[in-house]
Amino acid sequence: MDLLKAAQEQLIEKKSWPDFKAGDTITVYYKIREGNKEREQQFQGVILQRRGAGLTETFTIRKISGGVGVERIFPVNSPKITRIDVNKRGKVRRARIFYLRDMIGKSARIEEKKVVTKS
Amino acid sequence: MASIIGKKVGMTSIFDADGNNIPCTVVEAGPCVVTQVRTVENDGYSALQLAFGEKKEKNTPQAMLGHFKKANTTPKRTVMEFRDVDMEFNTGDIVKCDIFQDGDFCEVVGTSKGKGFQGVVKRHNFSGVGGQTHGQHDRQRAPGSLGASSWPSRVMKGMRMAGHKGVDRVKVQNLQVVKVLPEQNLLLIKGAIPGHKGSYVTVSK
Repeated sequence: MDLLKAAQEQLIEKKSWPDFKAGDTITVYYKIREGNKEREQQFQGVILQRRGAGLTETFTIRKISGGVGVERIFPVNSPKITRIDVNKRGKVRRARIFYLRDMIGKSARIEEKKVVTKS
Repeated sequence: MASIIGKKVGMTSIFDADGNNIPCTVVEAGPCVVTQVRTVENDGYSALQLAFGEKKEKNTPQAMLGHFKKANTTPKRTVMEFRDVDMEFNTGDIVKCDIFQDGDFCEVVGTSKGKGFQGVVKRHNFSGVGGQTHGQHDRQRAPGSLGASSWPSRVMKGMRMAGHKGVDRVKVQNLQVVKVLPEQNLLLIKGAIPGHKGSYVTVSK
């Protein structure tokens, strides 16, 4: 196990993103390659889960595009991701919100968490 | 052919230069000690005998202790011979994982995980019966007919049936060495290799 971690630490660069968890709405900016050209794309959606531990952790993000649900799984430390913006903190009761897949329209909304700032 | 003995550490994934996620098996390869060099003149064949893995002296037979003493090393857990390798080593030399380079193709030999007594669907990839209709009710994973009737009036030899699966010697060819970490004696091999974590494998190129 220690050897596994040692190998990961040498070969994977840890990225520092803002903290996000299931229920949050975030925008992921990532590089894609078309032939020889490289450009940036973004994916805005709700986090369904964060999975795995350490440097190989991944997250699943879901959005409704043209009436069709689209999900993508990104490794948290993927070098293709350039930026992550947290748009909204969601108020959810569990760490994996797969029930969202079965919900349509109004019921698929997630209540926003009120962030109390100390003044 | 250049070979080394290793120990399977586990699986992980790393990113390549393009940012793609590559699944890898981490193998602790070496350092191995050359305990004997077999030559055509002396033994009738040429081979290199390598030893790997630490072992307590009290658990080692006297005969093996003497053998290790000749190579000027401590007792080792596994001793294997590799025939007709193109590696120039003498008795007592250390073989390290730096015989491999990033991007080399290799083959890995290991002992597969034991699965116990298994039916034909899992053991020989039979497709099973399929549906539950047409009068079927409890034979979805049955092997079916074992052969014809009056000829041969017996079951042919080698008929694939249920039995013990796993714990076989398995060789996987054409695996790529993604990364070599010489300081920790680690090899990262793309994809899966046979055996459970902690099992001994040989990596050759």
